[in-house]
Amino acid sequence: MKILVVVKQVPDSTTNIKIRPDGEDIERDGVKMVLDPFDEFAIEQAVQLKEKRSDVESVTVLIVGPQKAAEALRTTLAVGADDAIHLLDEAFDTLDELQTAALIAAVVRDGGYDLVLRGKQEIDLDSGQLGPALAEALDWPHVGAVTRLEVAADGKSLAASRRIEGAEERVEVALPALITCEKGLCEMRYPSLPNLMKAKKKPVKTLAAADVPGFAEVIGRVGGARMHRFAPPPERPPGKILEGETAETVKELVRLLREEAKAI
Amino acid sequence: MTNDILVFVEQRDDRVHPAGLQCLTPARELAGKTGGQVVACLIGEGIDQATAALEQAGPDRILIVRDPALKDYSALRYRTALAAAVEHCDPKVLLLPASFMGRDLAPRVAMRTGAALATDVIELTLTDDGALDVVRPLYNGKATCHVTFPADRLAIASVRPNTFAAPTGGSAAQKEEIPYAPAPGDDRITVKEVAKTGGDIKDVTEADIIVSGGRALKSEENFKIIYDLARVLDAAVGASRAACDAGYQPHSRQVGLTGKTVTPKLYIACGISGAIQHLAGMRGSKTIVAINTDPEAPMFKVADYGIVDDLFKVVPALTEEVRKLEL
Ligand SMILES: Cc1cc2nc3c(=O)[nH]c(=O)nc-3n(C[C@H](O)[C@H](O)[C@H](O)COP(=O)(O)OP(=O)(O)OC[C@H]3O[C@@H](n4cnc5c(N)ncnc54)[C@H](O)[C@@H]3O)c2cc1C
Repeated sequence: MKILVVVKQVPDSTTNIKIRPDGEDIERDGVKMVLDPFDEFAIEQAVQLKEKRSDVESVTVLIVGPQKAAEALRTTLAVGADDAIHLLDEAFDTLDELQTAALIAAVVRDGGYDLVLRGKQEIDLDSGQLGPALAEALDWPHVGAVTRLEVAADGKSLAASRRIEGAEERVEVALPALITCEKGLCEMRYPSLPNLMKAKKKPVKTLAAADVPGFAEVIGRVGGARMHRFAPPPERPPGKILEGETAETVKELVRLLREEAKAI
Repeated sequence: MTNDILVFVEQRDDRVHPAGLQCLTPARELAGKTGGQVVACLIGEGIDQATAALEQAGPDRILIVRDPALKDYSALRYRTALAAAVEHCDPKVLLLPASFMGRDLAPRVAMRTGAALATDVIELTLTDDGALDVVRPLYNGKATCHVTFPADRLAIASVRPNTFAAPTGGSAAQKEEIPYAPAPGDDRITVKEVAKTGGDIKDVTEADIIVSGGRALKSEENFKIIYDLARVLDAAVGASRAACDAGYQPHSRQVGLTGKTVTPKLYIACGISGAIQHLAGMRGSKTIVAINTDPEAPMFKVADYGIVDDLFKVVPALTEEVRKLEL
């Protein structure tokens, strides 16, 4: 069995997001970039499968991003991936998520993968489009936001659990399949310094647009939504702090929620 | 391409998801500009009650894809069914709720139909040259941006729950059945079990009101006061990651960056400091109440109403006060 983990490098969740003066993007200089926390679950799950099963041949990691994204690849290699693919080209920077999914599908379609893992959503764009879109481009089944995963002994199917509104859903899926990983599935082990050093020696294949046959056609078939006019979130008007004895503040709160906010 | 606006109205167990009906409001506005119709699509088995509920929200036409194989949600079967509805109606815009199902389904249908897509949108308009233009939050609510669609292909957008109010007062709509023609391999996903969680308390993603507790609760037993307040408000119970990690609440109730994103009408944060990762999951709420002993807690910066006081005094008193209202 061959496992592919598709990851993304994103601004750290504690970063202060500033908008570029022209509003076309956020300010990217000096922003601390990390492996997406949801992708941490995906790489850890892949490595655990490899450790537990004798039939897992390899764990490959794929990233689309600038030179700097190689740092995120190195984290995943230190955690236990065997090799990596870095899709690196300025032409990739302007692709939307559907086009990126189409690009990845074109690159991995003939790679012989049985299982693709990915985080539930990206903490920068907050959309979670890439996983399901990639599954569709490959015409594979997918299960989104998985919290428990078990690959059958014969390696032909998997059982997954996921939480939906007010219920837990248990599904069975034939392989090859794509899974997006939710908090609770596992926690990524700490990439130790010796392993980070060893990761430097693991093979990373870099591919540009010219290496993808029919690139323009592949990305021309879908997507094209353009993000622009970035802005800070709408300001919330300053709140009211209620003062006094508990009995009074609570009474006042209920009145405000009823009459002013019309929330209850 | 017609000028129609298609809306996927999610249902489970013959109950429509409120967020699905809410999509009909922006759909009606867009149709007013394109001169097209509002067409709603229901997918499932049976679904007579869902159809009746949908008619109340006043779409012009309803497309129904009904089949025993569509009883439970399957990403494969539903993408085939919805893509068939798209082909049948050839709309300019397709709207879905940004619920679990909508967010799971939209990228597949977009890829399958060669459309463009935006997720979790909060504003929708048409530009002068007839292209869809939407606004969506990103970077965990720390920014927003416009997304402009190409005018010459289907535009798909999932709409953030509780952003719009569902329309009411509709009457009978024209109904059309579309057969579900399975695509090869649609049976590769089998739903084995759908087990309800949370007992009599709603899930945070389907409630209008959420009462949420943090580390300050100190134990699972102490969460009882949070549940008591939630019950009188018909609310869901949420929690911070610190509270979930400590085992006071299951992770299914965690709100935030690595938990659930919620946009209820009212969010009551009890003993939650308001870390950026928690705000990521709830800052889109309409009204926010903070109850915290520390006047400097960041939660007060996003709160509409704050009480600087001990939650163990405030929450039970609040429960009593709400009980008097007889909601
Ligand atoms: C990658 C990443 C992802 C994360 N994802 C999430 C997430 O999804 N959700 C999430 O919540 N966090 C998340 N966190 C954690 C987050 O940073 C905070 O640690 C967490 O939200 C703190 O929870 P808390 O507010 O309950 O606890 P604390 O920060 O300890 O706050 C407790 C608050 O209770 C107040 N208090 C104490 N006693 C009382 C009392 N008697 N009455 C009233 N108030 C009282 C205190 O003044 C304090 O403000 C994430 C962190 C990282 C790094």
